Formats: sequence, structure tokens, C-alpha cells
Amino acid sequence: MRAAVIVFPGSNRDADVTRALTLAGAEVTKVWHADTELPAGTDLAVLPGGFSYGDYLRCGAIAGRAAAMDAVRAHAARGGLVLGICNGFQILCESGLLPGVLMRNVDRRFICHRQMLRVERADTRFTGAYTKGQVIDVCVAHGEGNYFADPETVARLEGEGRIAFRYSDAAGELTVDANRNGSLNAIAGIYSEKLNVLGMMPHPENFVEDLIGGTDGRGLFESLAA
Amino acid sequence: MTKARIVVTLKTGVLDPQGKAIEAALKSLGIQDVGSVRQGKVFDVEIKGDDPVQAENTLKTACEKLLANTVVENYSIEIA
Repeated sequence: MRAAVIVFPGSNRDADVTRALTLAGAEVTKVWHADTELPAGTDLAVLPGGFSYGDYLRCGAIAGRAAAMDAVRAHAARGGLVLGICNGFQILCESGLLPGVLMRNVDRRFICHRQMLRVERADTRFTGAYTKGQVIDVCVAHGEGNYFADPETVARLEGEGRIAFRYSDAAGELTVDANRNGSLNAIAGIYSEKLNVLGMMPHPENFVEDLIGGTDGRGLFESLAA
Repeated sequence: MTKARIVVTLKTGVLDPQGKAIEAALKSLGIQDVGSVRQGKVFDVEIKGDDPVQAENTLKTACEKLLANTVVENYSIEIA
């Protein structure tokens, strides 16, 4: 597995996701946002978390139009894998690779806490190491994670099985308290039509080592590297 | 040079937590007649040339490509 982590001005989780990928056995190269190509043989392009361009205009808006994103779009069109985490998810929505938008959290607060997620399907390249319905313990840290799309888009995502993760409690129940940012249908992550692009607000890369407090995020990187 | 102002607002029905917070703050200042507040953005842009039609077309492209996220936002263009 060869991964390319795209670094924008203001990305700050590129080192963490690189470490998580490396631990899972991937070979990782960092790519600067102004680069127009991904390294030859790239299997996975990763858009890390952070505050690209200081969240100016809208979160992910300017990064979504960066030169490297043309290369990511071409990679995705060829069927290449793309993973966007947190700001990376916002960038995927702004760049048109995923539908919808991440709005300001419903209670207006930046949220930063451990978060249970329900894995909605385990038959994709991103989730093979999990089981369907499994509840995983990861983290969230964002001010704009409130997933919104028009009703037709949400219905299509649901109908096509494109919800990757939902905010849940420890039992896998979709409670109001578990969905702190107010996302429609408790959506925490979605896939593209061909299931090769995944965008998610939570941070699986935070929990890949016991030392840090959890390892439930490991499965995502191990699925990709498998 | 043509001067223009672009106003970007949230579409009707889209929740605006910032607008709600501002509304509550105004009421807490005793400005009780405030019904509701929706927050938006204003861009003042200078466009090369003096053709207003061409300027409007350029700005439409700018709005569609970057300045507005048309999933949740509307935009309007005023040429000065």
C-alpha cells in the first residue's frame, strides 16, 4: 500500500495519519498542495485534518481548489482510494468529490472528545477489519462537522448504502446525545458512489496505540493496508 | 474598473447557528424588537474593464466556483 498524504498550509494532523498508516504497514509520501501530481504508484491519497488556509471563506473551500486536488480528483476517477479525515472530509465536500457540506455544529461549540461510532458496513476497502454494526471508540475535534445535504441527496446516500459511520452510543444506538454536532441521520462519514472515496469527521488516527488510550482506529488503516 | 458587491446568504431552511447566537445576543442587549437574524458574507470586488455584462458573467463564475457553496448558500451580485 502506497499512500500519499497531501499537506496544505494549515494541515496539522498529517504526522499523526502518517504514523497510523506506517504502523499498519503502508509506505507514506507527503505531497505539497501545490504539486500537480501524486507519486507514481499511489494507491491511497489522504487529506489530513487541520485548518487548511485558516478555514478562510468556508472550511476546506480554498484547499478544495488547490492544484494537488486536481491530481486527487484524477486519482479518484481512475478508481484510486481517497481518505479525508475531519478538515479532509470538509475538503472532499468542497471539491465535489463527496456530496453535501459540513456546517457549523448545531450548538455552536467546538467539540473535542471521545466518540463512539457505528460501522455501517464492513465490505469496503476502508472497513474490512471491522464487522458491520461494530461500535468503535475514536475521537472528534471540530467546530464544523454538522453534515448537511438536501433531502434527495441524503435519501440517495442512504439508499445506496453510502453511509460509512454514524455517531452512536456504546450500544450502537443513535441517540440525540451521541450526535453532538447535529449531523443529519447522525452521519459521521460517507462514501463516494464507487466506495473508493471516504470522508469522515472523527479521527481514527488518534487511537492506534495503547499508550494514547485506544486502538479502535487501527482497523481502518489495517483494512487499507491489507 | 467596475466595482461590484457580492452578497452570500444561507438558503431558507438551512440552520444558521451563528445567526441564532447573534439574535440571542441582541435580545440580551435589550434590543427586543429583533425577530430573527441570518448571517451572511459580503465581498467587494473590482473587475477589470468597464463592461457591466461581462463583469457580471465573471462574478457569476467566481460565485459558482468559489465564493458561494450552492449546496447551502445563495448569492446576489450588484454592479455599482
